[in-house]
Amino acid sequence: MAKNVVIPVGPQHPALKEPANFSLTLQGEKILESTIRVGYNHRGIEKACEERTYVQDMYLIERICGICSHSHSTAFIQAVEEIAGLEMPGRGLYIRTLVAELERVHSHLLWLGVAGHEVGFDTLMMYTWRDREIVMDLLQVLTGNRVNYGINTIGGVRRDVTKEQLDDVMKGTQTLEERTKYYIELATQEPTLIQRLSGVGVLKPEDAVNLGAVGPVARASGVARDARKEDPYAVYADLEFNLITDNHNDVFGRAVVRLLELMESYKMIRQLVTKMPDGPIAAKAPRKIPAGEAISRYEAPRGEDVHYVKANGTEKPERVKVRAPTLANIQAVTKMLENGQLADMPIVVAAIDPCFSCTDRAIEIVSPDGPGILVWKDLREWSIEWYKERGLDLSGLNKKLISRLGR
Amino acid sequence: MREADQVRQELLAKFPWLDASSRVSRSRRLWVEVSDYSKFAEVLNFAVKNLDFDILCTITGLDDGPVLSAVYHIAAKDGIILNLKTSVPRDRPVLRSIVPVFTNAEIYERELIDLLGFKVEGLREGKRYPLPDGWPEGQYPLRKDWKPENLDAITPYGKPPKES
Repeated sequence: MAKNVVIPVGPQHPALKEPANFSLTLQGEKILESTIRVGYNHRGIEKACEERTYVQDMYLIERICGICSHSHSTAFIQAVEEIAGLEMPGRGLYIRTLVAELERVHSHLLWLGVAGHEVGFDTLMMYTWRDREIVMDLLQVLTGNRVNYGINTIGGVRRDVTKEQLDDVMKGTQTLEERTKYYIELATQEPTLIQRLSGVGVLKPEDAVNLGAVGPVARASGVARDARKEDPYAVYADLEFNLITDNHNDVFGRAVVRLLELMESYKMIRQLVTKMPDGPIAAKAPRKIPAGEAISRYEAPRGEDVHYVKANGTEKPERVKVRAPTLANIQAVTKMLENGQLADMPIVVAAIDPCFSCTDRAIEIVSPDGPGILVWKDLREWSIEWYKERGLDLSGLNKKLISRLGR
Repeated sequence: MREADQVRQELLAKFPWLDASSRVSRSRRLWVEVSDYSKFAEVLNFAVKNLDFDILCTITGLDDGPVLSAVYHIAAKDGIILNLKTSVPRDRPVLRSIVPVFTNAEIYERELIDLLGFKVEGLREGKRYPLPDGWPEGQYPLRKDWKPENLDAITPYGKPPKES
């Protein structure tokens, strides 16, 4: 009988994308039990919210997470709007929901890439992340930003959308839908992928309920829970969509749920574009919010966001409490790791889709000639010049690449 | 579909004394305050066992001056959230763990301990959450009288080392 060994993984570890600590008790390669320590990213945002105004808090809360930024800001302002008793304009809510579903598309595609990477299928990552650029561009067109969209405001949204922008959304959705059909085919028919993901990170339905799992993790264990259905917010009550569940209870099931949810999101995006009413995009919100409290639920791509807000009649909240979906799901990870293989640990953790952030792509340069924006093409030419000055000429290589790519 | 007011009536049939301290703020939102902590477990168990509230969303801790309060947000499959609030005195803020009822309560109870200085009886040994391991005793950031300067006064972070 081999002796049990306890090994720490994290908080900083090549297999993890964000800080978390796992103490794994191993017998050979098998994980007997695990304990988790989180909190390394605690930034005191709840306390900071108490010292800022509601509008400032909205932007702060949007920065809790780079991927589900719209989820957090919406969950927060929904609570504030409820306390203030605002009459919400239909068009504002439609735009808010449109951005929400586009965000889900980008998040699920991103996850699919990460999952591909964790199981050594990097081609899948390259493909999905390439396709994800379509939805990132749409978000940038609609809101002005790739991440931290800043579209929300208390009482509605800050920017209206034009007919042309909505046409672009329809076109982009068409392409993404075709690509997603291919990924669904791939995930459900490619034997190596199915075998790698099946039976890994098992979470039985009763454990999913007991441990309070949310979102795709719960739905892949057959728990039919979705805040968009149970507690419809924004305009979800007007939309027709299916609640996706799966009974595989493993990482394979979680992949299937997310892929099929993408198809539901495309369906919703089309409905949102065609049904979008005319009219104002925001109601005027008071600076001081009357005393009261509200709890708001929001189905983020990773699961349910819960925000509690208590107002005291001033322009600053008395208390803001945030429960992000990863905190609900992280407790289920110990169960998923039990009796699994050590080598499966990265994909099991990645399968709950914990958060990490992306970055911007345009740089503003302040030069004596005045400020200017460098786009990707300028940056590329600039780098070629920069190397040429140092005796390394890459322009020929560039031409060769262009002729080979046929552009 | 069940309405929040129906749930309230069922709750009042069992606990008539909750009449003044319970309200429905909108559809699917029920707020109940059990200010006497000795009666809290009974109400919680009734809601879980007889009213089908089987999901714990989270627990919010509040600094209400002379008392510390905790709001247990529990949900049912029909989308109703029951916000069950209770309070304990600030000088003896002791709650009993609800892990026997909701397994996932553990991390939320650890949050109450770290950020507001609650004591939770019956919680198993385990790693703290979310503050760092070296966080000084008696510093509870979400209490209203806590300021970041409190920490600067007792920890050497950001201060030049003392000359010896």
